[in-house]
Amino acid sequence: MQIAASIGRSTLYRFQILGRSGIFLLVSLFQAFLPPFRFARLVKEIEFVGSKSFLIVFVTALFTGMVLGIQGYYSLSQFGAEAALGVMVALSIIRELGPVLCALMVTGRAGSAITAQIGIMKITDQFPALEMMAIDPLKYVISPKIIAGIISLPLLTALFDLVGIAGGYLVGVKLLGVNEGAYIGKMVTAITFTDIYGGILKSFSFGILITWISTFMGFTAQPTTEGVSHATTNAVVITSLSILVVDYILTSLLL
Amino acid sequence: MIKVENLVKKYGSITASNCLNCNFEKGKITVILGGSGSGKSTLLRQLTALEKPDSGSIYFDGVNITSMPKKKIYDLRKRMGMLFQGSALFNYLNIFENIAFPLREHTKIADSVIKTIVTMKLEMVGLRGTEHLMPSQLSGGMTKRVGLARAIVMDPEIIFYDEPTSGLDPISTGVIDKLIKDLNQALNITSVVVSHDIESCFRIADNIIILFYGDIIAQGTAQEIKNSDDLRVKQFINGEPEGPIPFTRTDKNYLDEILFD
Repeated sequence: MQIAASIGRSTLYRFQILGRSGIFLLVSLFQAFLPPFRFARLVKEIEFVGSKSFLIVFVTALFTGMVLGIQGYYSLSQFGAEAALGVMVALSIIRELGPVLCALMVTGRAGSAITAQIGIMKITDQFPALEMMAIDPLKYVISPKIIAGIISLPLLTALFDLVGIAGGYLVGVKLLGVNEGAYIGKMVTAITFTDIYGGILKSFSFGILITWISTFMGFTAQPTTEGVSHATTNAVVITSLSILVVDYILTSLLL
Repeated sequence: MIKVENLVKKYGSITASNCLNCNFEKGKITVILGGSGSGKSTLLRQLTALEKPDSGSIYFDGVNITSMPKKKIYDLRKRMGMLFQGSALFNYLNIFENIAFPLREHTKIADSVIKTIVTMKLEMVGLRGTEHLMPSQLSGGMTKRVGLARAIVMDPEIIFYDEPTSGLDPISTGVIDKLIKDLNQALNITSVVVSHDIESCFRIADNIIILFYGDIIAQGTAQEIKNSDDLRVKQFINGEPEGPIPFTRTDKNYLDEILFD
């Protein structure tokens, strides 16, 4: 009986948090479309989430593409199908690896920082301070971050796709001698708009997911040093896992 | 200016405000005194509508703020200033931008005028010349003064101070006390100070409210409190460890607990 009660209680508690985080997201998104608009804040957040993730996404994409080039070449050459290397690299990157790896890297770099930053704002009473100055903290702090995630992730993913395919080209064509025309040509004919659309849709969802979870974790962190470190870890773990789960769901819906 | 009626606030089994009734007069400095955990910060958070009471009313200039919609509360808060215990400066903005922040958010004042206003407020707290520094580069006393400059930048009618002198050296404490007094006298700003610093309290207070575990055990003018015969008040203002106010929180007998538990 006690076990059942405690399971029930913890389930209810989890659903409560889920509900609260849902309201948190909706209110923040809604607030973003109400005046006054703070474009300067949004640009700053996009710089933080997006352009500062440029290098890490670039390097990840380059090496992912290069590894795919090598692996793909050795697998495909067993069937004498090296010519399909371009298609293989491009499809796996555009459909899956681009959005997912890009989102995971941004989670590690920007998501954790967002949680820590908001947690520290909470410890130092900056949210009540905003409230006392008649400024809604959700609108001022949270909304721009979530919008920045929605704008940045698709762009970063596009960069990832491009660099990844170039990495595969570098290894496949320049190093291992796959025919250049076959690499590019087959890729162009085989990739449809649906593939690209699916990838962008994924990156869009991951953009919301990353900023939503990391801001919510920071906002609800216990206002202690331990609480913030706990929230930061949780934000990264939960975001990463959610990305993988949501990726599976979206893939199964899209195919 | 503010009238509190039958205010109740509970956190689980702990009663932070136990049916409080008190008054904060216009143009006066009222100090809310109490030990840690006496519910004075909770009272302050309710006065500023940062937290909603469980029951009871708070009238701000005759208007009940406990059932006010958020937008109206925001309008009201533009007439309030608050100095937080940890100053609550925005650590990503420099001193100038911290103080200019409310002006930039709520007004369309030109940059040159903002600069003049910020310079004037910094002069009032004696920190002109620190505009370009970041909050992390200042000492505790200085960040409090910057916090005060930010609290008065919109020329509020009332300022709330949450433990303005805790953790400061005697000179900084004196400076803050003098600032509170000056602001009150020069600009006729109503002030509500939450504190446990007796000395500083008697330096600045017109009226005093003493809280003890959620109850008001005494209120009156500073003179009345000083001359009070109430043993609990005497114990508190003299800081005596023994007296009617118990040091421990539990009612259980100490010997019983260690011997028979």
